[in-house]
Amino acid sequence: MNNTDIKQNELAQIELTETVGNIYADDAKMSIRNADVYYGDKQAIHDVSLDLAKNQVTALIGPSGCGKSTFLRCLNRMNDTIDICRITGQLTLDGEDIYAKNLDPVLLRARVGMVFQKPNPFPKSIYDNVAYGARIHGLTNNKAELDEIVETSLQKAGLFNEVKDRLKDPGTGLSGGQQQRLCIARTIAVSPEVILMDEPASALDPIATAIIEELIDELKEKYTIAIVTHSMQQAARVSQHTAYFHMGKLVEMGKTEDIFTRPSHKLTENYITGRFG
Amino acid sequence: MNSPLLFTVLLCLILFSYWFGIQRSLKVAGGAEHKKDLTCLPEQFGLLTAMVCGLPALITLLIFNSTEQFVIEQLLTTTLPTSIQSLSSIDLGLYLNNIRSLASSETTQTLLVSINNNSNLALLEQFKAALTLQELNQQALWLKTGLVLVIACVSVIMLVKKFSLTFQARQKSETIIRALLVASSAIAILTTVGIIISVLFESIRFFKSVPVTDFMFGTQWSPQTAMRTDQVAGSGAFGAIPLFAGTMLITFIAMLLAVPVGLMIAIYLSQYASARLRAFAKPMLEVLAGIPTVVYGFFAALTVAPVIRNVGESFGLSVASESALAAGLVMGTMIIPFVSSLSEDAISAVPNALKEASLGMGATKSETVVKVLIPAALPGIVGAILLAVSRAIGETMIVVMAAGMAANLTANPLDSVTTVTVQIVTLLTGDQEFDSPKTLAAFALGLMLFITTLGLNVLALKVVRKYREQYD
Amino acid sequence: MTNSINNLKENSKENTDMGNTTISTTLSTTEKVALSLKKRHQKEKLFKRIGLFAVIFGFMLVVVLIGDITSKALPAFHQHWVKVDVNYKSAWLNIDDSSALNLKKANYRSVLKKSLYQMFPTASGKKLSRKDKRQLSKLFSTNAEFTLKDTLIASPEHFNKQINVWVRLDDDVDSYLKEGFSSGEAGLRLSQQQAQWVAQLNTEQRIESRFNISFFTASDSREPELAGIKGALTGTLLTMFVTLLLSFPLGVAGALYLEEFAPKNRWTDLIEININNLAAVPSIVFGLLGLAVIINLFGLPRSAPLVGGIVLTLMTLPTIIIASRAAIKAVPPSIREAALGLGASKMQVTFSHVLPQAMPGIITGAIIGIAQALGETAPLLMIGMVAFIVDVPTSIVDSATVLPVQIFLWADSPERAFLAKTSAAILVLLSLLLVINVTATMLRSKFEKK
Repeated sequence: MNNTDIKQNELAQIELTETVGNIYADDAKMSIRNADVYYGDKQAIHDVSLDLAKNQVTALIGPSGCGKSTFLRCLNRMNDTIDICRITGQLTLDGEDIYAKNLDPVLLRARVGMVFQKPNPFPKSIYDNVAYGARIHGLTNNKAELDEIVETSLQKAGLFNEVKDRLKDPGTGLSGGQQQRLCIARTIAVSPEVILMDEPASALDPIATAIIEELIDELKEKYTIAIVTHSMQQAARVSQHTAYFHMGKLVEMGKTEDIFTRPSHKLTENYITGRFG
Repeated sequence: MNSPLLFTVLLCLILFSYWFGIQRSLKVAGGAEHKKDLTCLPEQFGLLTAMVCGLPALITLLIFNSTEQFVIEQLLTTTLPTSIQSLSSIDLGLYLNNIRSLASSETTQTLLVSINNNSNLALLEQFKAALTLQELNQQALWLKTGLVLVIACVSVIMLVKKFSLTFQARQKSETIIRALLVASSAIAILTTVGIIISVLFESIRFFKSVPVTDFMFGTQWSPQTAMRTDQVAGSGAFGAIPLFAGTMLITFIAMLLAVPVGLMIAIYLSQYASARLRAFAKPMLEVLAGIPTVVYGFFAALTVAPVIRNVGESFGLSVASESALAAGLVMGTMIIPFVSSLSEDAISAVPNALKEASLGMGATKSETVVKVLIPAALPGIVGAILLAVSRAIGETMIVVMAAGMAANLTANPLDSVTTVTVQIVTLLTGDQEFDSPKTLAAFALGLMLFITTLGLNVLALKVVRKYREQYD
Repeated sequence: MTNSINNLKENSKENTDMGNTTISTTLSTTEKVALSLKKRHQKEKLFKRIGLFAVIFGFMLVVVLIGDITSKALPAFHQHWVKVDVNYKSAWLNIDDSSALNLKKANYRSVLKKSLYQMFPTASGKKLSRKDKRQLSKLFSTNAEFTLKDTLIASPEHFNKQINVWVRLDDDVDSYLKEGFSSGEAGLRLSQQQAQWVAQLNTEQRIESRFNISFFTASDSREPELAGIKGALTGTLLTMFVTLLLSFPLGVAGALYLEEFAPKNRWTDLIEININNLAAVPSIVFGLLGLAVIINLFGLPRSAPLVGGIVLTLMTLPTIIIASRAAIKAVPPSIREAALGLGASKMQVTFSHVLPQAMPGIITGAIIGIAQALGETAPLLMIGMVAFIVDVPTSIVDSATVLPVQIFLWADSPERAFLAKTSAAILVLLSLLLVINVTATMLRSKFEKK
């Protein structure tokens, strides 16, 4: 019996003071400084600071329930929809405070898109799904331009060839992996600058997952990507930077290869070597 | 009839049987110490005995009561002089009514006295018949009482004879209880069957006098049938189209009010309202839903209709005092909570993921509602509307009090129209005897109503079920 | 799999060529979005306002409805009485002494009339004309003479003496006074002379307004000033009693069977569909059923609470069954399993464990069903509870009427006073419903806390 599993009290004893590693990026698309997130009286995120490097993939890893998704949802103010959620700290996009009073969340979300864990295409046709964002934001009033946007987005998402003959079919009729790519196509149709992905492949089979990971790799050319994942292997595969969260605190951050080969913090090491989580 | 005494005696018997059953079972076991030797508790023996006492007796009572009237009437008729017996069923019915009222209002003594003092032959016959009726009623009562009590006792005795150490009292009583439960659920089916049969039966009789095509497609509704063939105003037009049109007009007006208001309330309460507002709004909707329709009818007839009339006339329009608009608006008010709560259910059933996907792309709340939530909830909302229409069509009191009786074929909401339900009430609350086409027409209308509302309900259910998998 | 990945690689190659255009479009995308914002936020505000307006509109409807009825009902709760100088002359009474039997058959109408003529002598001293006499009598309620009778029988020492007796005014005068002597609709029904007399009575301080207790203690009457809801209330209570007695056991039994015992086959599906459909059938159809089957086939007396109760039972049954099923379903299966594990039979599990647990929900459902039945009018109209019933029913087979039907009947009457009475009766009905519903809600929250 391998008893290398961490016991509860050992976990508690390991001190968490400052984040270890390098949280800064030279070319930061989004910067977060001293972010605290409260759900009512409960504090979910404690004093987290990090940068999202431009046109790079940053992975947020950590055991379940450690606040990764909560943190992600702060970046496009999706937590605004939850009444009891309160956020303090400085979060900026290209230097602008995204929680400023005069900043329109609608505009923010057009610039910072989100892909969710479970594919959630609208009960509309594939075409209408992708065209949704363009339509509501009034990006074009020209059918030809709209067609182009839809086609381009589907191509970028690697879905076009599979669905080009059935654009009028309902989006919900696709397979799981296709649906997720549809959601990605829909997100990039609005030409965001940042794409947030909350465990995008966790509901998919390995083949679909592989396709998505390939896609992420290509998307980073145009977009800054932050991806929450509970799979360390996935983080290792797709990201350039990795941030390790534990119980709402940012333990360690740095280049992906460094984190996975030479983790600095004991907790990081324990998580990566599978002693808990 | 029924004497409360009989019920009380029966009740006592049942209670006694319970005790008796317990005692017998203990006796069979050989005393209270050997209670455990029985297959089950003595109380269960008692319960079984009580049920065996009460049930056959109650069933006998029920059967007796249902057939009593009929049998007595038959027996009475045979004692009547042949001249009376050969009367038409209408006149015979009247004659019997007379006898019945005589029998119930006069005591036996007064009848005997009247017989002795009266020389008028016809009256004499009536008094004699009334006396006979009283005797028959009395005999029936004795027979019933005796029969019921005897059956109760005999059943109990036959049962306790079977008590033994191996007698499975609990199982037997559970079987009986189970049968009772099944019977209770079967009542629902019986009701539906009853409705269908009664309505269908009378409607068929109606369609013998008035052809179906005349009824369904005729545009003249003036249900005055001749009582005698030589009666002057003997025309009877039973074309139901004006009724259908009137029903649809009022329903349409009601929907025009209820659907937008109800839907917007549902949207606001589920998407925008604070918890405090919701806490106030829910009771408000429940109040609207709980107000009896007769109150709405009163409000429509005495407040809304005059207001509409005054406003209309100040604009130079001619408004009937019982306008379809008044009835329609008040009916719409009644339906608002219906639409709103069903729509709210439908909107809440849309998975939150869709709402998040839309908001995440930068849509405003209203855009999300209009472009994502409503289309996704549409089957449920359509179902709600269909159910609301069904409710409006079947509504009676508001239209009886606020809509007119003139069968007007019009699309003008300021006119007075009549509906199917109003006519059903009018035709059946007059002093009409049961057989004339006039009253039977009410059943034909009832049949139409039943089929339509049933159809709408089934359709609503289908719509909701069929499109529900769209986003599951 | 390799193919699709190769496809992706090919696609991305194409995309890099479009790379430049994408970047430039991105900039203007943000600008485009920014342009659309103002209008969209305006739409959002408008939409939100419309929603709020709809909610407020709903509130207003309730307030207007209840306010209107309340304001109409207020006049019904007080009534005007008038002090009359009554002379119990034996000649007028047409009896010789104040023995009990004589007092009963004395002519009080004559006493009333002659006392009134004494109170209102004509200016010229002549006797009143017949027309005037008639008009004078009409000022007073038709039951005034009975008030006189009751007064004398209660205190026979006033025989042959003159005392003051308070009697009711006729409803026309009552309405006239309530509207403040206006020459409106009520005033039009009084002649000049009558109005003068009323004014005179008023200045003599002979008119007073009293709380109208007879509204609750009297039963229906043709005269508005005498009509009350006692008969209707009793009828309602009796009918509800029958309904509850029949529908509660049947409904619970049916629900128990369907939830606990019934095998899942086509028959039970059929029963379930049936019940759901019945719950949505218009109430008037049940009236037809009642008429055709219960009255014609079984010959039960028309207009009796028994028949009304049966019809309402059939109507309420689906509601109770559906509510009870939900309550029974909510009982956690662990309770059933635990009891079965201890060796209880299915029946025992159901009656000793499941049923008590589900009872709060069942009771609240039953209360709500009864509340619905309470306000029903149409089916009862069909089975004949629409006659003019003056006596208070004493059993469930006496002819009776119920409160909603009483409201319906009164609403048709032209007299102004009936308008107020109808509104007041509505308030009583609504209060009854409120009490029942609040009880149900309180029960529900009380048991939910447990």
